[in-house]
Amino acid sequence: MSNQNAIELRGVTKRFGSVVANHNVNMDVRKGEILAVLGENGCGKTTLMNMIAGIYYPDEGQIFINGQEVIIRSPKDAFRHGIGMIHQHFKLVDVFSATENIVLGIKEEDRYNLKKSMERVGEISARYGFDLHPEKKIYEMAVSEKQTVEIVKVLYRGADILILDEPTAVLTPQETQKLFSVLRRMRDDGKSIIIITHKMHEVLSISDRVAVLRKGEHVATVNTAETNEGQLTELMVGKKVALNLNRSQPKNVTDRLVVEHLTCINREGVKVLDDINFVARSGEILGIAGIAGSGQRELLESIAGLQNVSEGDVFYNNPKTGETVDLRDKTPLQIRDLGVRLSFVPEDRLGMGLVGNMDIIDNMMLRSYRRGKSVFVDRKKPKDLAQDIISRLEVVTPDANTPVRRLSGGNVQKVLIGREIAASPTVLMAAYPVRGLDINSSYTIYDLLNQQKENGVAVIFVGEDLDVLVELCDRILVIGSGRITGVVDGRSATKEEIGYLMTASMEKEEEAHA
Amino acid sequence: MRKDTSVQPVKKAHEPFVHITKRGELVWWRAWLIRAGALILAMLLCGLVTVMITDLRPMDVYVALFNGNFGPEVDTWVVFRDMAILLCISLAVTPAFKMRFWNIGAEGQVLMGGLASAACMIYIKDAVPNWLLLLIMLAASLAVGALWAAIPAICKAKWETNETLFTLMMNYIATQLIAFLTIFWERPKGSGTIGVINQMSEAGWMPSLFGNRYVLCIIIVAALTVAMFIYLRYSKQGYEISVVGESENTARYIGINVGRVIVRTMILSGAICGLAGFLLVGGIDHTITTTTAGGQGFTAIMVSWLAKFNPIFMSLTAFLITFLQKGAQQIATGFRLDPSFSDILTGIILFFIIGCEFFIHYKLNFRTAQKEEK
Repeated sequence: MSNQNAIELRGVTKRFGSVVANHNVNMDVRKGEILAVLGENGCGKTTLMNMIAGIYYPDEGQIFINGQEVIIRSPKDAFRHGIGMIHQHFKLVDVFSATENIVLGIKEEDRYNLKKSMERVGEISARYGFDLHPEKKIYEMAVSEKQTVEIVKVLYRGADILILDEPTAVLTPQETQKLFSVLRRMRDDGKSIIIITHKMHEVLSISDRVAVLRKGEHVATVNTAETNEGQLTELMVGKKVALNLNRSQPKNVTDRLVVEHLTCINREGVKVLDDINFVARSGEILGIAGIAGSGQRELLESIAGLQNVSEGDVFYNNPKTGETVDLRDKTPLQIRDLGVRLSFVPEDRLGMGLVGNMDIIDNMMLRSYRRGKSVFVDRKKPKDLAQDIISRLEVVTPDANTPVRRLSGGNVQKVLIGREIAASPTVLMAAYPVRGLDINSSYTIYDLLNQQKENGVAVIFVGEDLDVLVELCDRILVIGSGRITGVVDGRSATKEEIGYLMTASMEKEEEAHA
Repeated sequence: MRKDTSVQPVKKAHEPFVHITKRGELVWWRAWLIRAGALILAMLLCGLVTVMITDLRPMDVYVALFNGNFGPEVDTWVVFRDMAILLCISLAVTPAFKMRFWNIGAEGQVLMGGLASAACMIYIKDAVPNWLLLLIMLAASLAVGALWAAIPAICKAKWETNETLFTLMMNYIATQLIAFLTIFWERPKGSGTIGVINQMSEAGWMPSLFGNRYVLCIIIVAALTVAMFIYLRYSKQGYEISVVGESENTARYIGINVGRVIVRTMILSGAICGLAGFLLVGGIDHTITTTTAGGQGFTAIMVSWLAKFNPIFMSLTAFLITFLQKGAQQIATGFRLDPSFSDILTGIILFFIIGCEFFIHYKLNFRTAQKEEK
C-alpha cells in the first residue's frame, strides 16, 4: 500500500437505529495536507471523524493508518495511532492551568514534573506559533485560547493526524486567520490536518483538498485549486442552487420596540447585559451580530420576559391602540395579556421552543392550550394548524403525530417558526434560526423572515454568519461582552467592519487589565 | 487483552467479538415479544434456582406460584385488594414522576394518610353516623397526605432543594411519628400495638358491598385509574405536567409557572397517597402500624415506571407484581422455606423484566465468521 496516505477509509458504514449516518465511505487523507471535510449539517461529517477518533465504532468497513489496518475502539487507541481530535465543545477543567489540562491523563514517568511539561508546552507553542500562556487558568481564557489549549494538548500527545470539528464556529474573522496560519505551519511540518466545516470561503482559503459528503456518503474529493464555490455547493447539495437573498426597502417604518438602558446581572454576579439601547422598527430586519455568548440570548430573553432585568426598560408601541407599555418585569403570560404579539424562536429549539418527545400537534398547542374555559385541552385547532404548517412549509414528516425529536433539524425549525408566525406577531425574534440547517432549509427560513418584514413585522435576527447578516438585514447591531459596540447599516457595512466591532470591547477590557 | 495491531504480522485486524448498536423504533409486537421472552426466561431460571437449592420438582414451583394467587387455599379477593392498593399508590406517584419530580416519599404520604384516618376513628368513634365518619376520615387523609407531599414541593419550588432526599427523609419522620403515637394510643396498655380500632362498633370501617368487604375499595381504585388516565392525557393540567417534565425551559418559555405546577401536582400526588392510607386503615387493616404501607410506596414506583406512566398499563403491571409477590410467598411458605426466598424469586423476575428493556433499545452485533475469511 502506498505510504502517501495517513488515513484510508474503506467501506465505512455507521448506523444509529434506522438512521444511516455514514454509508460505504471510501476516503484518503494524505500526509502533510490540509483536508477539508465539507457537507451540510447532518450529512455525517462528525460521525465519520468520531469513528477515526475512537468515539464510535464503525458497523462495517476498515480503517488503515499509514497502510496498516487498525481497530480503533477508544480515543486512547486513536492516540496510539497518532490521531487527535479537537471537538466542537471543549473538554477542559476550568480551574486547572493550560499545562495541567494538557498533561492530564497522560501516563508517562515524569507526568508530575510540571516544570518539564511546561517547557515542552512552550516548545510546541513556539514551533507552530501558538500564543499560549502555560500557567494561565482555563476560566481566565477567551474561547480562542481554550481552543489553542485543546490543539496543544493533542500535539503534546504526539499526534500526527489532527481532526478539528468546526473550529471556526466560535472565532472572529481575525482569530480564524490566526488559526489558519498555525494550521499551515503544522502542515508544512508534515502533519495531516482534517478540518470539518460548512463555511465555503474557509474551505477555499485553507485546504489543499476537499472531501464532500452528502447524506452520509462520500461524493467526491477535489483539489481546492481546481474548484470553486459553485461546484462545491452543487456537490454538497446534489443539485444547482441559486443563492441570493432579496432585500426589499423597508416600508411604513415605525418604532415598535424601544430598549433603554437594559442591564442584566446573572447568578454569578456578572453583568451579561450592560446598558443596552436600541430600537427595533416595524418592516425592518434588525440583525444582531457578535461572538457566541456575548449576551445575545440574555437580550432576547429579557425582552420575552424570561430574564430578570436589573435596570432599564423595554417599551412596546402597540400598533392597534397606539399605546406604549413597558414589558420590564412582566412574565411571558402577562406580556401576552397586554396584547403584545411577540413571537420568539429561541436558540435551543428542542430544549426551549419545542418539546422533543411530543408530537407536532401537542407542540402547536404550547402557545394556545390555555384558550377557553374548559379544563380539557382542545386538540382540534392545533391539529389543523399542524396540518397547515406541514403542507405550507413542506415539513418532511410521516404525519402530525410524529414526535418532533425524530424530525431533521430543518424540519424541527420549520415547525417552530411556523408556530411562531401563525400567532401573527408584531415582533418576531429569532436566535440563530438557521444553525444546523442545510442550505435549502436555510433559504426557506430567510424567505419567511423576509415575508414577515414585508408584512410589517419588526424582525430581530441573531445570526452568526456575517455573510448572511450583511445580505439580509437592514440594520445590524453589534454586541460584545454584553455591550453594544456599534450599529451599522446592513447595505453599506462590510464583514471586516463588523468583525472589528465584535472584538472591540474585549480589546478595551484587556487594555484596562494591563 | 487484544494484541497491538501494529506488531501483528497478520494483515487482518482483530475485530471485537461483540459491539452494541442502537436499534430504530421497534414494532410494538416485537417489543412485547422480547418482554414475554424475558418473562419466560425469568420463570425458567426461577424454577432452576428453586430446584437447585430445594428438592422440589420444577412443576411444583410453577403450580405453587399460581396457587398463591388463585389456589383453593387463598382468597382471590385479597389478591385483587392488594393489587388495588398497589395500583392506587402507583397512580399517586405517576403525575409527580411524569413531571420528573422524583417523589420517593409515597411511603410516608400513605402512612400519614392512614394516621389521619386512624386518629379520626380513635377520637370520633361512634359520635357521628358511620357515613359521616368515613367522609371525615377521607377528607383528613387526603389533606394530611397532600400536606406531607406539599412540604418538599414548596421547598423545591422556592429554594430548589433536592426532592429525592427530602421526600425520603419525610418517610422517616412519618414512621417515627407513628411509632410514637402507637405507644400513645396503645391498647391494651403495654402491648406495644394499637390493636384493631373500634372492633365492637366497627365505626369508621368501610362497608361491605355485594357481600364482600373489599369490593368498594377495588371500585374506588378502578374509577381512579380511569380518572387519572383522562387527567393526564386530556386535561390542561395534565398537559402542563408533561411540558414541565419534558423541559422546564420550554415551560417557562410559554409562560407556565413551573413552581406552581410542581406544588399543585405534588398536592394531588400526596392526596392520592392519603387516599391509599385511608383505604388501608378504613377498609382493610382497621389499625395502624409503622409497616402499614409495607414498602409499597417504593414498589409503586416500579409499577408506574414499567407501565411508562400510563394508568391503564399500570393495572397490568400492578397485577403482575402482586401476582409474583403472592406466588413467591406461597412457594416460600408452602414448602417451608425461608421468607427471603420469595424475595430472591421476585428479584430474579424483576431483573429480567427491567433488563429486557436494554434489548428493546439496543442490538448486539456478534463477529461473523464470514468476515473473518475475507
